[in-house]
Amino acid sequence: MMFNKSLKNILLVIFATFILSACSTAKKSGDVSDVYTGKETVKYLASGVPDRVFFATNKSSLTTAARETLRKQATYLRKNKNLNVTVEGHADERGTREYNLALGERRANAARDYLMTYGISGTRISVISYGKEKPVNPAGTPLAWSQNRRSVTVKVN
Amino acid sequence: MKKFFLIFVLNIFFINKSFALIEIDITRGNLDPLPIAVSPLHVDIKSENFDDLKIKDLGENISKIIENNFRGTGLFNPLKKEAFVQKPDIAHLKPRFEDWRLIKAQALVTGKLLIIDGKLKVEFRLWDLAAAKEMTALAFTTTPSNWRRVAHIISDKIYERLTGEEGYFDTRIIYVAESGPKNERIKKLAIMDQDGASTKYLTLGNELVLTPRFNPNNQMVTYMSYFRNMPRVYLLDIETGTQEVVGNFPGMTFAPRFSPDGKKIVMSFAKDGNSDIYTMDLDSRVVERITDHSSIDTSPSFSPDGKFIAFNSDRSGLQQIYVMRSDGSGVKRITFGNGIYGTPVWSPRGDLIAFTKMRKGRFYIGVMRTDGSGERLLTENYYQEAPSWSPNGRVLVFYRETKSGLKGEGFSAKLWSIDITGYNERRLQTETDASDPSWSSLLSK
Repeated sequence: MMFNKSLKNILLVIFATFILSACSTAKKSGDVSDVYTGKETVKYLASGVPDRVFFATNKSSLTTAARETLRKQATYLRKNKNLNVTVEGHADERGTREYNLALGERRANAARDYLMTYGISGTRISVISYGKEKPVNPAGTPLAWSQNRRSVTVKVN
Repeated sequence: MKKFFLIFVLNIFFINKSFALIEIDITRGNLDPLPIAVSPLHVDIKSENFDDLKIKDLGENISKIIENNFRGTGLFNPLKKEAFVQKPDIAHLKPRFEDWRLIKAQALVTGKLLIIDGKLKVEFRLWDLAAAKEMTALAFTTTPSNWRRVAHIISDKIYERLTGEEGYFDTRIIYVAESGPKNERIKKLAIMDQDGASTKYLTLGNELVLTPRFNPNNQMVTYMSYFRNMPRVYLLDIETGTQEVVGNFPGMTFAPRFSPDGKKIVMSFAKDGNSDIYTMDLDSRVVERITDHSSIDTSPSFSPDGKFIAFNSDRSGLQQIYVMRSDGSGVKRITFGNGIYGTPVWSPRGDLIAFTKMRKGRFYIGVMRTDGSGERLLTENYYQEAPSWSPNGRVLVFYRETKSGLKGEGFSAKLWSIDITGYNERRLQTETDASDPSWSSLLSK
């Protein structure tokens, strides 16, 4: 009886360990895809053409949603041949300042490169990185950080 | 017999040493700070007036600055003046040692000053109260408006005599003064004495400015500015106020620092999404590319002998610290611990690299040997980064930000310092919020 009880306890501990490790792997994969998917903070270059795309922590790769947004921007830019834009790259506040400047620049260029593959001349698209200096949402929350990891296409004329 | 004699002699030598004048070991956290009495400097009645200086209070004010410096080190315990047993002028001639010992002081600082012919003449003495001896004495002459620096120089001399290490009080810190809400921050370059006094603003706040750093003789500053929305590295002459863009790069330049001889600036240049490290020679204007890699290479920092550059790169996936020869050859990764590493800064002594570490949503300031071994994390917080060394390589200054609420409220950025022992964490007083500190070298050197 005694033995059974302690065995049961051990099994419980083992079981709990499984659950915990399952949780931690789930969290890890969650970190990779912490991209903002909502509409809050988003502005529009024209009706149906969102001005910004969002990135995962420390990443500059474009998500499926980001590519869709950029294709809409490319279509819009093709229709408005005299329009030039600046792509502003931003990072969240959870990194060192200097690295974030570089990361913002990489994100802005990822967006610019994608626009160029859809036929928009590189001369029409300038980039600037603000690193973590210009958060759109000043809250200290994961949601705010995800809204701040962005590139924003801004009309310059 | 001869051997015995030798041992005997050695013993005398060592005994002498252990009885010899007080010493402070600053290589470990000091939990038992040295009680020190800093007597107000005696003001000679022959002193003339000078501008708006309150001559009468000058001796007292200088002693207060010295006390404040000492308290800030965590190594000294400046005693309350109410307990002092002797008048400043008499103590300065020769203290009654037994009386000072009675108030538990182990060291005593005395001095006097005189303003005559538009000059401030100061002398001070440091006394070992247990040994009843003068340890050091110094006299100097300067312009009276320099009286704060006088206090810092005296502090340095005493610190040097008691710890065997160079002081760091006659120094300044350049930083970014911040104001306004978090998403509309106004940033200005500011410079202040190490103790927070004499703050001056060097820019008006019309454009974003970041990461100022002194050159070795503290006359020039390199920093990053968004002037005309072109983020570039600038060079600023503090005396004249003249500034210029460093190099002619077709894109963002950032993360600048001087080489230890002051002749070059090392920085990052971002092009088409890729940041690499470059140097520019300030005389010849020759630009050299130091790294050539598709990853982000930034936050470069020279070793004090100029032979190596530490930097951070995400070539392995996430930010890690690397060291290479200053021509870019021999790149070697030195951090392999759990977490992300950034902002390596080489100690002025050459033995350590300070860094920022990020792990599980927390930020650490730490030090390690230049090969990456012996990592020691000194402080953990919600957000902190960008360490800068005191000129003697014993203290780090860095900035820390607080977590903000849902509307950005409660956000602040402040300067902090910590000894490399991990002890003595302190907030530096600044007039405004502050970030990106850079510590000067000793001004009087």
